[in-house]
Amino acid sequence: MKKQLRKVSLGVAAALGMALSSSLAWAATELNMYYPVAVGGPLTKVVDGMVSNFMAENPDIKVNAIYAGNYNDARIKALAALESGQPAQLSVMFSIDLNELRELDAIVPFDEVVSTDEERAWLKSFYPSLMENGTSVGKTWGIPFQRSTIVMYYNKDAFKAAGLDPESPPQSWNELVEKGKKLTKADGSQWGMMIPSTGYPYWMFGALAMQNGEVLMNGSGDTTYFNKPGVAQALNFWKDLGSKHKVMPEGTIEWGTLRKNFLEEKTAIMWHSTGNLTAVKKGAKFDFGVAMLPAGKRRGTPTGGGNFYIFKKASDNERAASLKLIRFMTDPERSASWSVATGYMGISPASYETDKLKSYVKEFPPAAVARDQLEFATAELATYQAGRIRKSLDDAIQATLIGSKTAEEALGEAQSTAEKILKSYR
Amino acid sequence: MLTINQKRNLQGWALFAPAAFLLIAFTHYPTVATFFKSLFSNNSIIRPSRFTGFESYQNLLNDPIFWKVFTNNMWLALGTIPTSIGLAIVMALIVNKAIPGRSFLRIAYFTPTMLPMIAVANIWLFFYAPGIGLLDQIAEIFGIESHNWLGSTSTVLPAIMVMTVWKEAGFFMIFYLAGLQTISPELGEAAELEGSSRWNYFWRVQFPLLLPTTLFVLINAFLNSFKLVDHLFVLTKGGPDNASNLILYYIYETAFSFLDISYASALTVFLLFLLAITALAQFYFVDKRVHYR
Repeated sequence: MKKQLRKVSLGVAAALGMALSSSLAWAATELNMYYPVAVGGPLTKVVDGMVSNFMAENPDIKVNAIYAGNYNDARIKALAALESGQPAQLSVMFSIDLNELRELDAIVPFDEVVSTDEERAWLKSFYPSLMENGTSVGKTWGIPFQRSTIVMYYNKDAFKAAGLDPESPPQSWNELVEKGKKLTKADGSQWGMMIPSTGYPYWMFGALAMQNGEVLMNGSGDTTYFNKPGVAQALNFWKDLGSKHKVMPEGTIEWGTLRKNFLEEKTAIMWHSTGNLTAVKKGAKFDFGVAMLPAGKRRGTPTGGGNFYIFKKASDNERAASLKLIRFMTDPERSASWSVATGYMGISPASYETDKLKSYVKEFPPAAVARDQLEFATAELATYQAGRIRKSLDDAIQATLIGSKTAEEALGEAQSTAEKILKSYR
Repeated sequence: MLTINQKRNLQGWALFAPAAFLLIAFTHYPTVATFFKSLFSNNSIIRPSRFTGFESYQNLLNDPIFWKVFTNNMWLALGTIPTSIGLAIVMALIVNKAIPGRSFLRIAYFTPTMLPMIAVANIWLFFYAPGIGLLDQIAEIFGIESHNWLGSTSTVLPAIMVMTVWKEAGFFMIFYLAGLQTISPELGEAAELEGSSRWNYFWRVQFPLLLPTTLFVLINAFLNSFKLVDHLFVLTKGGPDNASNLILYYIYETAFSFLDISYASALTVFLLFLLAITALAQFYFVDKRVHYR
C-alpha cells in the first residue's frame, strides 16, 4: 500500500515536472496585467494588439492582458487577485491610487526595478507634470500610460450660427460666460456649455480651482485645501454658470451622456477628457474644435488617467519582464499610435517627435492641445484614503450645484471630513 | 455493527451534508467573519489591525451619510412595493382572461424582468437624460421645459422608483398569475350566478385566496428594495449629494472605493440584522392572517 502510494506520488511529481519544464520552454515568464478603460470606444482591441505585438517580439514572455472595467473596478480586481493568491505582476490603474496602493504595501517603486543607467534615464523621459501623480516620498511608483487632461470641445458650426468667430474659442472666464450666453438658445434646444458633475466631479473642479489660482491638496497628499476662499470662489463660478448666467443646465450633468449631448448639438461647448477625442472626431456631424480650458486668474487643468504599476509580489524575473513590457508599451512609437487611436496624449516629448504623431498633429491640430496644456497642468487630487476624500469633495460639489448648500458651507464640511481622516497621516 | 437507528441517523446526516456544506461555506461562515471584521480596525503596513470593539457601530450611528442612505432606502421601499404589487395584480388579472394576443401581452409584461439591471439602467439613462432623453423629447412636443431628472435632488429618487416598479411588476405578475390559475373556476361561476359584481368577487374571493402569494411577493419586494443597486452604478453613482444613494451601494463604496473593510462590515451586519428582523416580523404577523389551503 505504502509502496503504491509512493509510486503514484512519484508519477505525479514527474508529470508536474514535465508540465512545468515544457511550459518553461514555451514561455519563461507569464505576466497577468489588469487594465481599465474609462472612456468610450473599442480601446480593448488596441491594448490587445499592442500586447500581442510585444509577445511576438518577446516569445519568452507570455502576457495575459485582462480588461477590468473602469478605474475603480480595475483596482478592485487587481487587489482581489493579489489577496486571493492569484498571480498579478503589473497593472494599469488610476494614477491617483498611488498612496492607497503604497499603504497596502502592494506595489514596488520603479527605482528598485531599474538597474542600468539607460533604464534610469528612461524613468526621466516622460513629461514632468505626468509624473506628479506617479511619485511619492522621492520615489517613482507609476509610469504614465493612458493619460489625459481636460480640454474644451466646441462646436464651430454653432459658433458661426451665433455670430461668433469659430476660430476664437473663449480664453477667459468672462469670455466663457459672454459667448456662452450667445450660444444658449432661449427655447432650451441648445445650451452654451456643459461641465460634467457626476462620475468625476472633483476632477473638473480641480481645473476650476487651479484657474482661480488654487490647488486642492499638498504634494504629499496629507492635507487638503477645500475651505480656502479661492476654492469656494471657483465652486461659486461653476454654480453661477447654471443658476446666474444660465449658460449651463442647473443641477448635475451626467458624465456618461455628455458626449452624446455634444454630438447631438444640445450643448455648444463641453469640458471633457482628451481620452474622448477620437470618439468625438468619429461621431461629430459638424465642424468642431478643441481648445485649452479658459483662464480665470490663470490657465489650469489637472492631469488624469492611468499609470503602470508593478506589484510587490512579482518575482525578480517577473519584475524584469514587467519592466520590459512597460517600456515597450510606453516607448515613443507605441505611445504615438496609442494617442492617435484614442485621443489620450503622447506621454513623452519624444512621442510627439515621431513621424506618426507629427503628421497626425499637422492634419488634426486638436491632437496637440492636451500636450500644449501640460504647461499649465497640476496633479489630480490624490491623497491618503483617496476614495473617501474624493467622495466628500464630490458630495460638496454636487450639493452646491443642486443648491442644497452654499459653496462655503459644503466645502467647509468636506474639509473637516478630510481633516479628520488625514490627521493621522502627517 | 450499527443499530438501525444509528444507520438512519448517519444516512440523514449524509443527506444533509452537501446542503450544510454549501450553507456554511457561503452563508454562515461569511456572516460570522463579517461580524468579526467589524470589531477590528483595518490592516495596513502603517497601522496594523487592532481590536476596536463596537467603535465601527458607534461611527455608524454618527454618520450622516448612513442615515441619509437608510432613509432613502425606506422611501424606496415605500414608493415601490405597494405600486409594483398593485400593478402586478392588475396585469395578472388582465392576462388571466381569455383575450386575443394573451401570450404576447404576457411576454410584454414580463420582458423588463428578463433584462439585466445594468441593461435596464442604460436604457433608462437615455430616457432621463436632459435634452436628448426620451422624456424630454416628448415634453418638448408639448412645450414643457426640459428637466434634469437624475440631476436634481427632488426627482432623482422618484425617477429611480419608477424604473424599479417597471422592472419588478412583471416579475410579481408571474406569481399572481400562477396564484390566480389555482383558484377554481367554479368559484367564479358561483359568484356570477349569485349576481356578485366583479369588484366584489375580487375583494371577497380572489384577493383573500391570493394572500399567500402576496406574502411571498411582499417579502421578496422588500428584500429586493435593499438588494437591487446595480442600476446606481450606471445611473447616478448615488448622487447628486447622496440623494439616490442606497445602503448596499454605500457598503460597496465603503469596502471597495474607500477600502474601509471594518466599517463596511459594520454596515453589512446592520443590513443583515434589519432584513432578518423584517423577514421574521412579516412571517410572524402576516402569517397569522394568511389563509393557506
